[in-house]
Amino acid sequence: MAIYSTSEFKAGLKVMLDNDPCAIIENEFVKPGKGQAFNRVKIRNLKTGRVMERTFKSGESLEGADVVDVEMQYLYNDGQFRHFMVPDTFEQYQTDEKVVGDAGKWLKDQDSCTVTLWNDAPLAISPANFVELTIVETDPGVRGDTSGGGGKPATLDTGAVVRVPLFVQQGEMIKVDTRTGEYVSRVKE
Amino acid sequence: MVQDWRPSCAIELLQLRARMLAEIRRFFADRAVLEVETPLLSHSIGTDPQLEFFTAEYRLLPVRQTLFLQTSPEFAMKRLLAAGSGCIYQIGKAFRNGESGRFHNPEFTMLEWYRVGFSLPQLMDEIAGLINHLFRAQPLQETQRVSYQDAFFSHTGLDPLVFSYPDYCAYARQSELPEAVTICGHDHALWLDFLFSHKVQLHLGNNALCMVYGYPACQSSLARINEHNALITDRVEVFINGVELGNGYHELTDADEQNKRFDKELAVRQQQKLPVTVKDQRLLAALASGLPHCSGMAIGLDRLLMLLSGSSAIDEVLSFPIHRA
Repeated sequence: MAIYSTSEFKAGLKVMLDNDPCAIIENEFVKPGKGQAFNRVKIRNLKTGRVMERTFKSGESLEGADVVDVEMQYLYNDGQFRHFMVPDTFEQYQTDEKVVGDAGKWLKDQDSCTVTLWNDAPLAISPANFVELTIVETDPGVRGDTSGGGGKPATLDTGAVVRVPLFVQQGEMIKVDTRTGEYVSRVKE
Repeated sequence: MVQDWRPSCAIELLQLRARMLAEIRRFFADRAVLEVETPLLSHSIGTDPQLEFFTAEYRLLPVRQTLFLQTSPEFAMKRLLAAGSGCIYQIGKAFRNGESGRFHNPEFTMLEWYRVGFSLPQLMDEIAGLINHLFRAQPLQETQRVSYQDAFFSHTGLDPLVFSYPDYCAYARQSELPEAVTICGHDHALWLDFLFSHKVQLHLGNNALCMVYGYPACQSSLARINEHNALITDRVEVFINGVELGNGYHELTDADEQNKRFDKELAVRQQQKLPVTVKDQRLLAALASGLPHCSGMAIGLDRLLMLLSGSSAIDEVLSFPIHRA
């Protein structure tokens, strides 16, 4: 893998730090007029998602991390592993719930999502920004309420629970923003 | 078609820069300080291991020589002082290789001036006079003067003049800067650079000019050792809103002492495998012939313009920063 020096650090660069793959968010050059130059770097650990700050002496270097984002189709959950496939090559990957994390509650069979691979093994899963899911359980709404204020909890076919307006009924399909976990609209079939 | 032919600063910034330069020139003209020009290309360069330089090839066939783009006009201006120029100032470009960032461009504009007969406190009065004059349309709070030791202690609880390795390490760990221990090791000067730039500097000069004086002796290559305290030098750094604006000295006039400091820096360069430089013999000769007792100051004018205009990056005040130059 390539070696990157502090002067090459820029947002988005993937590097190895403390044996974990990380993505650089920000790199600030700090140098007193008469003194040592440093690079103050904001960096995200791609395994844990944790953002931290770390200073390097300018000129130090880090090993690049073999991290790529690949669009894949989510296939199914066999109870122990989740399975994904690259549509072009039919290449399949499997991963456990620890890697899937919170993304799991938005994954519906056949939907596409982004799988982050590190050394060709899944490191993280990101669902599409918007997903369309079916309500499997919610209280009957109050007739005539169209305001959407307040709302009620609804359980979706993937297990996720979101707040929906009172007029939305069980069995309906809705669009959800996975970044906020919020209801967007009903989906007309 | 390339899209970046345009200046990265607004046209108003060109106008503000022109006004700032005119006011600086008037300020020094009123005080009978002479404007001078010295070469950007020179046969020698400072030995400071922290400053990387640019080189250029000079062809006067059959001779080819390596010349250096100046990292500051200091040496040439001191030769003028030794030759009897009296008080002088210069507004010109300085070049520092590898320095690029929110507050750095490898080519930048520097104001440098020398006052014959001035002590450091007298120079500090003049700095405050100049800066507050330039900011008079948007007045700063009252100017602050604080010793390096006090500034460092009040923000870290550590004594910068006495190096206690365990205390420094403990402080770094509790401040979530554990990497400082690995980076700095037992190098006191490096610890001071690290902690000052991470923990102290950003608090200096909240909408005010803050002048920090009495830098630790391990941090100054061209300043005099203070006559009452051998642990500090007669050096001042000035800050506004945490931005370092410039550096001044009660200048070292002793040629032998200067020669020793050059040797020390050359040894560090060799040890760190940095590009080789030679001592500026003309500066040493000038010092030997007699540099008048004087104090000198350098201010980065692009950063000053950033502060005058409320800009957050140096690119916003430069016509063409290095990536568009």
